[in-house]
Amino acid sequence: MPSDYAFVGLFLVFGVAFVLFVFLLSKLIAPYKPNPVKKENYECGEVPIGQGWVQFNVRYYLFAIIFVIFDVEVVFLFPWAVVYKSLGFFAFIEMLIFIAILIFGLVYVWRKGALKWV
Amino acid sequence: MDLSLIDINWQVITPQIILAVFGFVLLLLEAFLPKDKKGILPHLAWIGIALSFFFSVNLFGSGFSGFNGMALADNFALFFSFIFLISSFLVVLLSISFLKREEQVRGDYYALLLFATLGMMLMASSFDLIVIFLGLEIVSVSLYILSGFRKKDPKSNEASMKFFLMGSFATSFLIFGIALIYGNFGTTNLEKILFLAPFSGVFAGASEFLLYAGIGFLIVGFGFKIASVPFHMWMPDVFEGAPTPIAGFISAGPKAAGFAALLRIFLLAFSSIKPDWTLIFWILAVLSMTTGNLLALWQTNLKRLLAYSSIAHGGYILIAFVSGSNSAISGVLFYLSAYILMNLGAFAVIISMGSKEKEGTDLYKEYAGAGLKNPFLGVFMAIFMLSLAGFPPTAGFFAKFYIFSSAIKSGYLGLVIIAVINSLISVYYYLRVIVYMFMRPSAEEVKPVSIPFSLGLVILLTGIGILALGILPQELLNLAYNSIF
Amino acid sequence: MPSLYHYLSLSALLFCIGIFGALTRRNAIGILMAIELLFNAVNINFVAFARFIDPQAIVGQVFTIFVITIAAAEAAVGLAIIILIYRQHKGVDVDKVNIMKW
Repeated sequence: MPSDYAFVGLFLVFGVAFVLFVFLLSKLIAPYKPNPVKKENYECGEVPIGQGWVQFNVRYYLFAIIFVIFDVEVVFLFPWAVVYKSLGFFAFIEMLIFIAILIFGLVYVWRKGALKWV
Repeated sequence: MDLSLIDINWQVITPQIILAVFGFVLLLLEAFLPKDKKGILPHLAWIGIALSFFFSVNLFGSGFSGFNGMALADNFALFFSFIFLISSFLVVLLSISFLKREEQVRGDYYALLLFATLGMMLMASSFDLIVIFLGLEIVSVSLYILSGFRKKDPKSNEASMKFFLMGSFATSFLIFGIALIYGNFGTTNLEKILFLAPFSGVFAGASEFLLYAGIGFLIVGFGFKIASVPFHMWMPDVFEGAPTPIAGFISAGPKAAGFAALLRIFLLAFSSIKPDWTLIFWILAVLSMTTGNLLALWQTNLKRLLAYSSIAHGGYILIAFVSGSNSAISGVLFYLSAYILMNLGAFAVIISMGSKEKEGTDLYKEYAGAGLKNPFLGVFMAIFMLSLAGFPPTAGFFAKFYIFSSAIKSGYLGLVIIAVINSLISVYYYLRVIVYMFMRPSAEEVKPVSIPFSLGLVILLTGIGILALGILPQELLNLAYNSIF
Repeated sequence: MPSLYHYLSLSALLFCIGIFGALTRRNAIGILMAIELLFNAVNINFVAFARFIDPQAIVGQVFTIFVITIAAAEAAVGLAIIILIYRQHKGVDVDKVNIMKW
């Protein structure tokens, strides 16, 4: 039993050591010539406004909540997809119903204006 | 796994499917209908419930099952479906004028009510802990939202938050218990557990511990859902803060659903090891009755009073788990049927007494002398209170009588003596409401109120129902006796 | 190979941490996170039991999927409720949200 954990410990040591080694290597080899443009935050090519470390607007929470729900529903799709061929037509219809219910939810959310940026 | 091994039987779950479809339609109509046409939504809700009721009646006596025991239509499940559907029907009627008064006529409210009812029906009509858990969660999540429905009201928000935090905490205990029981037996099917329970578990060695720890966690989880002391803290606050029809709803359906699941799990699946868990239920029953009644004595807010009374009534029902005989189970069915009628009737009176500005819950200010100014409300409130206290010839009397007598037959005389003393204590605070309504000079602001049709209908139906069950209890009792598993 | 006992110990430990967090935190979001921990402890239990106890290994895994979904639904509803509380009280400290007593 303990020997199994020895492997895990070994992996842990190697993993940490490898990351440290790579950082050290880049520090040693890479040239370091900073200028203001280089030190800016990266925001997909846009000119950044303010600091990167800000409190996010509370308006994001609605999108986050909707994302959480729809994201997790995918968990039902995976097992279904894995055994899809052996399940046949009936399971296909069942999954269509399931997705239709999700779409009901999405339509409701959309009509209620929760997807609009107010 | 081969799909043909799953016996798909849509007929068994038609009542549930109807509720789900109507729920979705209500949601979509809420999103698409213009504001002035939303008056039809509550009517759609009760039509859905009535249709589901019709199909449940059709299934009664069939004993169908499907989906490998995950869905059942035995009489026990259907009897509980009747209880849930009737209570939801009454709550829809209660909500019509309440929401109009609040200027919140919304389809999602009714959709959530229907979904909650669907969840309760799933809880009562399954042999599988998975489905029981899913049903319970459908109920809980719907209720968290509904109890916070008055978004601008800080009390409603607080009720919703307390309900949510304590509720999901309790849910985690419940599923931890289910996990341990699954670990012990290798299945979550109650029928198989019934077969396996007398023997040691599949997982030899730690089996005893897993099983008993699992039962303990289950009792904590369900104890919360049925609000038995010491897991009752959420109920008074939720009752006070939640919209009044929802408070009535929580006291009726979800509580009955919790008892349905408890009955199936403990008096069916774990019936062979009953001596091991009887004492726990004995303690829970005594604590719930005593604490509920004693704390109710101090309440001047009627909704809180009914919350503590609901906790106490939960204690009376738990007596049946201690005795565990067939007559005790049918006693529970009778008790719950009577209880939803008297409680929802009382809530209907509270809603009638309230207005948009005030809730109509303050015993001293709003009820003093109100019985003389509103004789209809006064007389029926008296009936509901007498029934809750357990006076003959009301349904409440026979409900208590059947449970107590079955406990005496099973030899739990001490428990019944405690229960009777508790009933006597409870008479004080129920009668106090009647005394205030009829024998105190009325306060300035107590005026005759106009009762909307739907509320009057609920009060009339529940009042007549209570008297009818009190005078002719035999019919329902026979039905209940035929409905035990 | 780690045995069933190891998984059960891990799950029990996680469950205890969750209970501790849920009881001691005063921030509603913190309590919510602790409750998520509780759910995940249950998931570990289910998967471990499915692997070691259940010959078909189906029930536990299916249950886990349902628990994950339910946890997400609860988290969504809970966050929405907490946002409501935030708007009322300008904070999510559960000790301060206490109008109703006894």
